Amino acid sequence: MAVSHLECRECKARYALEALYVCEQCFGPLEVAYEQDGGARDVGELRRRIQGGPQNIWRYADFLPLAGGPPGPSGRLASRVGLPAGCTPLIRADRLAKRLGLREVWVKNDAANPTHSFKDRVVSVAVTRARELGFETIACASTGNLANSVAAHGAALGLDSFVFIPADLEEQKVLATGIYGTRVVAVEGNYDEVNRLCTELCADRDWAFVNINLRPYYAEGSKTLAFEIAEQLGWELPDRCVVPVASGSLFTKIAKGFEEWRAAGLLEGELPRMNGAQAEGCSPVATAFAEGHDICRPVKPSTIAKSLAIGNPADGPYALDLARRSGGSVDAVSDDEVRAGIALLAETTGVFTETAGGVTTAVLAKLAERGDIDPDERVVLVITGEGLKTLDAVKGTFETYAIAPTVDAFQDGVPQTVTV
Amino acid sequence: MSVVVKIPTQLRAAAGGEAEMEVQGATVQEVLEDLFERCGELRTRISDEDGSLRRFVNVYVAGEDIRFLDGLDTPVSDGSELTILPAVAGG
Repeated sequence: MAVSHLECRECKARYALEALYVCEQCFGPLEVAYEQDGGARDVGELRRRIQGGPQNIWRYADFLPLAGGPPGPSGRLASRVGLPAGCTPLIRADRLAKRLGLREVWVKNDAANPTHSFKDRVVSVAVTRARELGFETIACASTGNLANSVAAHGAALGLDSFVFIPADLEEQKVLATGIYGTRVVAVEGNYDEVNRLCTELCADRDWAFVNINLRPYYAEGSKTLAFEIAEQLGWELPDRCVVPVASGSLFTKIAKGFEEWRAAGLLEGELPRMNGAQAEGCSPVATAFAEGHDICRPVKPSTIAKSLAIGNPADGPYALDLARRSGGSVDAVSDDEVRAGIALLAETTGVFTETAGGVTTAVLAKLAERGDIDPDERVVLVITGEGLKTLDAVKGTFETYAIAPTVDAFQDGVPQTVTV
Repeated sequence: MSVVVKIPTQLRAAAGGEAEMEVQGATVQEVLEDLFERCGELRTRISDEDGSLRRFVNVYVAGEDIRFLDGLDTPVSDGSELTILPAVAGG
């Protein structure tokens, strides 16, 4: 599936594979288009090719928008170049399933990426494409995780970087960015204002803003989450995926990944039901879904789930369309439910996620409680980030027993029965 | 009212190569109408047939998204800045 051109998702106008992201005719988003080989390819051979590839996203290079194939001196060496993402664990979460009255729940733990979020997937692809196009400086507008990843990739590949974040971001995310030797620009304003500023800056600078002028390539990286889920399930589709929604890009591109593999003959069956997860304090997509609208009305975010705090979601209309046509939904949960979601996942799986994962877990719990999920369904919960980056969210949620170093103090001060 | 409109790179060819233009109007609607009078090609690029903005076009007055103000009826003051930007960035 060789990469062919950029195409407007709205009016289908074609563009060359440059650092372009907007259709000049209708302002629609540009997407990467591939040459279709008409299903002529031998599926067995394609599977073996993938399985023989490196233990990272470059094993899916046939489905990624790079002109030169996977980075590195050869495909074999690709896993040694830069900061490769992917091949994160898919965990069978029976205890979580039981708690929710479901039969089969899997947790895709994308906190197990180099900078502890799924953003390493999209940045790996965007930065590799940026180097192909000759850029020497990379940049981004970020709610935190993307900043971590862009800064780290810049360090790993020797590229200059600028990362723009809202000034009120979690301290852990700021520290885990600055340490890579990037320039952290803390903008007074919310993410949407950071994004507007970067869109303006992008116009007059020869920089690769990974989620602006490189966005068509960047977004393709999210497909690798779908590829991995399917490969890890033994080349099968799940029945349902629960995915956090900020801009809607991850949500829609996971579905695109499944659809490309169905078209290639690698997977059989229906597109999974796609459930989007938002926090009530920033739920433009969930609100539009509930009200039956095709487009999202922007909001001013106010939620502890800062990594999802995008009030003006670029892929909102497509996320709504996907939720509807796949038989899914987009739901929102309160900040208290987010904290409870973090605890639920941690207590039943041993995975400590950030607030975005709390949102996703809480939405899964909500769907289960509402009876939306058939008990026989195979459900995948997509966990996109690491709990250590949003520690404030869990402060004060459990008791620590402070005692003197004596047996008596332990006996008197600590309850001796534990409920598991 | 004299207002400076900042033109995104994607539209500059249709605006005679200009990065910004000074136009007249008391509301966003009037400012855009004056802009379209000067550069006819811009109308179809950013407006739908019914005159509303295309869904992937964002317009800001003094940095604020007009959807948080009064939309196309948002008043503009003399010397203020109106920015047109693509909506598909970020995330």
